[in-house]
Amino acid sequence: MLTEETKTHIEGLLNKYKTRRSAVMPALMHAQKQNAGNLTEEDMREVADYIGLNPVVTNEIVGFYTMYNPLKDIGTYHIQVCANLSCSLRQAEFIIEYLEKKLDIKSGETTKNKRYTLTRVECLGSCGTAPMMQINDDYFEDLTVSKVDEILSNLD
Amino acid sequence: MEKILLKNIHKEDSFKIETYLAGGGYVALKKALKERPDDIIQLVQDSNLRGRGGAGFPAGLKWSFIPKDPTMQKYLACNADEGEPGTFKDRAIIDNDPHLLIEGMIITSFAIGASSSYIYIRGEFEFGASRLEEAIAEAYEKGYLGDNILGTGFNLDMAVHRGAGAYICGEETALLDSLEGRRGQPRIKPPFPAIAGLYGKPTVINNVETLSCIPAIVEKGAKWFAAIGPEKSPGPKIFGVSGHVERPGLYELPMGTSAREIIFEHSGGMLGGKKFKALIPGGVTAPMLVEEELDTGMDFDSLAALGSMLGSGGMIVMDETTCMVRVSWIINKFFSHESCGKCTPCREGTTWLTKVLYRIEHGEGNAGDVELLDRICGNIFGRTFCPLGDGAVMALRGCMKHFRDEFVYHVEHKRCKVC
Repeated sequence: MLTEETKTHIEGLLNKYKTRRSAVMPALMHAQKQNAGNLTEEDMREVADYIGLNPVVTNEIVGFYTMYNPLKDIGTYHIQVCANLSCSLRQAEFIIEYLEKKLDIKSGETTKNKRYTLTRVECLGSCGTAPMMQINDDYFEDLTVSKVDEILSNLD
Repeated sequence: MEKILLKNIHKEDSFKIETYLAGGGYVALKKALKERPDDIIQLVQDSNLRGRGGAGFPAGLKWSFIPKDPTMQKYLACNADEGEPGTFKDRAIIDNDPHLLIEGMIITSFAIGASSSYIYIRGEFEFGASRLEEAIAEAYEKGYLGDNILGTGFNLDMAVHRGAGAYICGEETALLDSLEGRRGQPRIKPPFPAIAGLYGKPTVINNVETLSCIPAIVEKGAKWFAAIGPEKSPGPKIFGVSGHVERPGLYELPMGTSAREIIFEHSGGMLGGKKFKALIPGGVTAPMLVEEELDTGMDFDSLAALGSMLGSGGMIVMDETTCMVRVSWIINKFFSHESCGKCTPCREGTTWLTKVLYRIEHGEGNAGDVELLDRICGNIFGRTFCPLGDGAVMALRGCMKHFRDEFVYHVEHKRCKVC
């Protein structure tokens, strides 16, 4: 269910654009954030209702853009490691393998305690500080194995 | 060269309006608002500023296509959907000097008669999006945005719109669809956005770095700008160097600086002193250059003459240990992942290319696979709405032009020639 806070955010968004439909992407993102990174079908429908769109529109958007996580069971910390060229040239594969071993999951999986999800992603625009990863909203750059250990131990 | 675009980024609190004002910020805006809008368009045309997003289209010319009817709603959209692998220049401005971009956008909006503007930023740039929102709020507070800006009667609103992880939204018409709350799929052109863009109204779409050049052009003049670098492709340029160099990072240099100088002087040379093998000069789309081409000037026309492109100026440097089949596989995987699915040649073709490249890379290639890659490329190139499919082909052909023997070796020996 959309919280009052999310509804206030969506209300604010509606003033930003000439059409209500333009607010659909940020509105869905707010809905996802209220559920710790997961987007439920119910919330997608509520966003559509709130803005006044056919529910097929929110389905269409969520199916197209990769940052929406419908029913994917994302953990508290979503670790996304760039595996594109610049990062790959600076040993991103090594970092991914290290994280897989450390967290005892494969890329694309979530740990049993739902704390971590590890995803291999395309370029995050941080090529000069490769290898890099994003955990939830934050970027971590110039990674080494010991830096990864330190970053993970400093979470929460 | 005196820094224009990155002059503020290392200052303490560089993102705050006070810092920007103390460094002479918003002086160009005050000057511009006293001019006639058409004169500013002419000024930018005279400066020969070309779009820094990748295509290199003359910015002033693009602006001049906007209809002059003052009763018509017009828009400015800033393309901050930085996502071409190897490119990380716009983020530096967004995160550290947001007011430079905002000032450029206000002047541009005034020139084209837009009263509403959006910054389309890629969704992953959460930090940058908040920085921009804070900076926009500061600009409203100081009266640089909103109604009756600095008492001139000019009104402008500005808002940030966040993407959600689709590279294709960096294509200008896909960006507009995304801003309208749709899947980001390119539109057929014509009509061009200058005639029917956002919500069907005339719209200019410019890259962050392009718009960030505007305040300096207004302040120092078209002649000054046009004298930096080559005549037909002038100005300061941010080169983003990544890969196998000692000092990866951003280097603001005159357009036309040689690739060799950027790699071996500014970026500290090859990582660990290894031998240079290849350079992707402007984001993964741009066909590779090899050693004997490194004296080429990094500008739109010099690179085009070599069959490559300046693109975003995102330079990916590779040393002798790099397997070119693997590089091609990684690049193509990106394009197939990011294909929006609208055009069959791109959607199916890039996926097929990736499958063939995967098996060649993993020692499972079949006789005839190298020729198969050629044929698939031929069936994608020039057959799609937007340049994404062409980009995949340009990258692969660019690599095979120089390193075809590595592909053949992989197929014949089921292993890599270099690693």
